[in-house]
Amino acid sequence: MSDDNGPAALRVDGLVAGYGEVIALDDVDVTADTGAITAVLGANGAGKTTLLRAISGMIKPRRGRVLLDGADMAGRGPEQMVRAGVAHVPEGQGVIAELTVEENLRIGMMSLPAGKRRRADRGAALEESYERFRPLADRRRKLATTLSGGERQMLVIARALLARPRVLLLDEPSLGLAPRVMAQVMDLIVRLSREHGLTIVLVEQNARSALAIADHGLVLNLGRVVAAADAPTLAADVALRHHYLGF
Amino acid sequence: MVEFLQFTLSGAVFGMVYAAIALSLVLIWRGTRLLNYAQGGMAMFTTYVAIEVIYRTGSYWAGFAVALAAGIVLGAICERGVVRLTTGKPPLNAVIVTIGLLILLEGLAGILYGGQYRSFPAAFSIIGLRVGHTPIGVSRFDVFVAVAVLVTTLAFAAVFKYTAAGLRLRATAFNPTIARLSGIRVARVLTVGWALAGLLGALAGVLVSPSTFLYPNSMDTIFVYGFTAAVIGGLDSPAGAVVGGLLLGIVLSYVGGYLGTQGPDLTALVALGILVVVLMIRPDGLFAGARLRRV
Repeated sequence: MSDDNGPAALRVDGLVAGYGEVIALDDVDVTADTGAITAVLGANGAGKTTLLRAISGMIKPRRGRVLLDGADMAGRGPEQMVRAGVAHVPEGQGVIAELTVEENLRIGMMSLPAGKRRRADRGAALEESYERFRPLADRRRKLATTLSGGERQMLVIARALLARPRVLLLDEPSLGLAPRVMAQVMDLIVRLSREHGLTIVLVEQNARSALAIADHGLVLNLGRVVAAADAPTLAADVALRHHYLGF
Repeated sequence: MVEFLQFTLSGAVFGMVYAAIALSLVLIWRGTRLLNYAQGGMAMFTTYVAIEVIYRTGSYWAGFAVALAAGIVLGAICERGVVRLTTGKPPLNAVIVTIGLLILLEGLAGILYGGQYRSFPAAFSIIGLRVGHTPIGVSRFDVFVAVAVLVTTLAFAAVFKYTAAGLRLRATAFNPTIARLSGIRVARVLTVGWALAGLLGALAGVLVSPSTFLYPNSMDTIFVYGFTAAVIGGLDSPAGAVVGGLLLGIVLSYVGGYLGTQGPDLTALVALGILVVVLMIRPDGLFAGARLRRV
């Protein structure tokens, strides 16, 4: 992929990761091109979430490399990865329910350098975020627990963007959302990629929706990559769809 | 009526000390889901540090300040040097470790300072104040105790609510995974949480010791009442810790005051009774949030 479309923002080489005795990812390679959406697909237990967790440092890979703009970041913790430009939005609309919308957003800027001038920058970034995600502006003083599913997803994406990432890892952003809201979230992901040049790695159960917006895709099965190609190619492969993607 | 006022005020003063201990337990519980059984031992140890400084310098306030600083340092050392080793291990490991820490601190205090009861000076007069000719059951020092805990509690509340450091502490307490993914150095924040808990414990130690004497086990009973207050209020609730402490202090003061010679012996039993009743009616404590109850 990267050979044809420019440099890869993120490349994963021969990644092996797991939990205890269980190997959840076995020799996985992934290339996410700069400014493109890469969909990671597969059934439950295929290793999709583990892949994102290993990239963002939530779990330590046993082997392999995680290359960010060419630098190997494998084994770094999430605190370092987010500072290096990788933001991970975990599944389950990960807002902190006990905090207000604004406090959730401010947490997104905790990885940015401190300082007086930076404080003004952070205020401006917050306002910019409210401009981009209008419904959040009206609810900035409300507890995050009062938000709808779609608004929560909006909040976690907005929070991740405030860290000024170059690579955004999204884990099941459509999970539990109504179809109309899900379409809005997918539309938002496309805009982030196309208008802001963000590199996005999208893990989705809903393979049809993911391939509709992705540039590239890869299919995982039992921790191994069974297919990797342009999104239209994957979507057109009837056998692959039937075997691994369920549509 | 005068007696009632006296018992209420003196109970509230002791209640503030229980609240400080309860708050220190809540701070650690919220961040790590760990009950720090060594909290009383840490408070006792820093009070010994205070008394040594007071004896050597002749200044109560030097001892007071050094005790608080020692509380911060001891809290941070305990977390980084001992408790962190239990991260990712079964919860019982951490429980055993804090109990071991308590035994270590009490043993060390015995070796370094001896086991005898030592009196601890008060910052202000301990002679009861009067309104006209009527004694109100509290001294200037008691007023200082109440104000010190109140100011510290309000300062903590302000820091938690209005500063970036407070937001880091709250985010880590509520959801450490999201906190880490947002770039918060959770391990460092937990150390800060333990340091602050150490400070609160040290404050409780120097404030209560003029009334109880100082010896290696002197904070055990205070810890039990502080723990009871924290559970009554709800281990997740700082406000609950303060209210629980006050409630317990006042009720125990009534028991000690109204039940004559039997009263002091019954206070522990009454504290246990209150604990059982609260746990039966509201198992997560009086101030437990709705989210906690749904789980």
